[in-house]
Amino acid sequence: MIELDGLTKRFGNKVAVDHLSCRVRPGMVTGFLGPNGAGKSTTMRMMLDLDNPTSGTVRIDGRHYRDLQEPLKHIGALLDAKSMHGGRSAYNNLLCLAQSNSIPASRVSHVLDTVGLSAVAKKKSKGFSLGMGQRLGIAAALLGDPEILMFDEPVNGLDPEGIHWIRNLMKTLAAEGRTIFVSSHLMSEMALTADHLIVIGQGKLLADTSMADFIHKNSRSFVRMRSPEQERLRDLLHAEGVVAVEAGNGTLEIDGEEPERLGELAGRHGIVLHELSAQRASLEEAFMQMTAGSVEYHAHSDRDGAPPPQAGPQWGEQWNQQRPGDTAGDRTTGV
Amino acid sequence: MASVPAVLNSEWTKIRTVSSTTWTLICAFLVTVAMGAALSALLNSQFDDLSAAEQATFDPTFVSFSGMVLGQLAMVVFGVLVVGTEYSSGMIRTSLAAVPQRGSFLFSKIAVAGVLALVVGLATSFVTFFLSQALLGDRGTDIGAENVLRAVVGGGLYMGLIAVFSMGVATMLRSSMLSLGILMPFFFLVSQILSAVPGAKSVARYFPDQAGSKILQVVPDAMNSDPAPYGPWAGLGIMALWVVAALIGGYLVLKKRDA
Repeated sequence: MIELDGLTKRFGNKVAVDHLSCRVRPGMVTGFLGPNGAGKSTTMRMMLDLDNPTSGTVRIDGRHYRDLQEPLKHIGALLDAKSMHGGRSAYNNLLCLAQSNSIPASRVSHVLDTVGLSAVAKKKSKGFSLGMGQRLGIAAALLGDPEILMFDEPVNGLDPEGIHWIRNLMKTLAAEGRTIFVSSHLMSEMALTADHLIVIGQGKLLADTSMADFIHKNSRSFVRMRSPEQERLRDLLHAEGVVAVEAGNGTLEIDGEEPERLGELAGRHGIVLHELSAQRASLEEAFMQMTAGSVEYHAHSDRDGAPPPQAGPQWGEQWNQQRPGDTAGDRTTGV
Repeated sequence: MASVPAVLNSEWTKIRTVSSTTWTLICAFLVTVAMGAALSALLNSQFDDLSAAEQATFDPTFVSFSGMVLGQLAMVVFGVLVVGTEYSSGMIRTSLAAVPQRGSFLFSKIAVAGVLALVVGLATSFVTFFLSQALLGDRGTDIGAENVLRAVVGGGLYMGLIAVFSMGVATMLRSSMLSLGILMPFFFLVSQILSAVPGAKSVARYFPDQAGSKILQVVPDAMNSDPAPYGPWAGLGIMALWVVAALIGGYLVLKKRDA
């Protein structure tokens, strides 16, 4: 269990984390979500006592990090992929960490095996790819077999196989009753792994909710229809009291109706349909709407003197560019 | 609190598993010994060309430590890299997450590296002394002679303290490049030049290397050097004060700043 209470961090005039209070509970994966620059990494560094909070506290199992005896046995963290000495072998990098917390050397080989780096254990870590560095960082986090694990953007630099592996690893660890806290700026990634969501923007808490609740509240279900006889279809729907919204590309979107009923309706009147599909609006959209305000302020404060940008949609564009070959899973995108 | 023996053990592993430790320390040893031996041989053959004042204050012990002017630079590199690579590699965050008691972390690291530097420094000092005395022949001195053992042990202490001073500075500056960029020219040029400039001389003699190297002299004002208002041990004490100041500064920076 991690408890944040009024956690605040200022860098000069800029407030990076603003009175953040929340709990991270055991036995589940808690996603820590926010756009780039929202304060996720700063928050995580404060949790590990690397950065001093301006005010507020963090408690790990009721204690301050600094008061933990052998902290690696309580909480393991992956912050940066490159946080090891490149001139030292993977094995030795982990060995010196293990020794500082009186962890037996046998654990080093064990965690290297877990993350699949046994073959390169004796290699200097500066030759590692980003993905291998990420795995080494994860091995370091697992070293003390801790009850709490924290991962900052763990999928960065991993290939699809690696992403799949880390997702399963987090779920397995959570199923063992551990507390898993994982940050991401990708809603799609969170939707696949997290049971609970903590969303921040501009350092402020925007949402602290279960994933199921978030999906329920934020995913709009609708039916999409496309027909060569669009005018007739519209008139028909109107006559039946169904509200259809034109969505461009000759498609209509209908809220609150079952596709079966709409299909039968069109069939009875002999209207040809090219598409009839149930759709769910993406969670990314919901996430972007939620954080748009905070992002707007952030983008503005970043560029001093620049005219206030139309940051909501602008940020969305950036976000789309950043999105890797995204596997949508069971979700379809309505845009 | 992470246990101190565990942290010491961890820091020892860190030091022995990077190649920079080996090459900087070997460099410190070889440069000091080779240059000391070369100058001893040279002075032995050119003794008659020395000025009368230099002949009068000829100090065979001090001559054997001539190589330390260069050898200490390798010690500076060793000290800076021990601390600086934590920052340049990003390892510092991993290290402090494992040992959040920053005082334990810093002083364990410095204790391990300092003892290693001291051991290498002592070995260097003894080897360069005996080799140089052999090359000086009849003009050489004996380890049993008055104050000679003090100077030879002092040579080891001097090299150890130079390394620890560099560690303190690197902890304050949190960067290998910046620390080397300041310390190397300081010890190699600034301190040497200022100690020869009449006006600056009275200040420069309190610099850590100038004060500390007094311990290397057996004959007062050896080789016609400027007289100092302090003795050999007081000189080493002044150097030790510099080291303590650097360590306190480093500790405060590490404690206050975000990692």
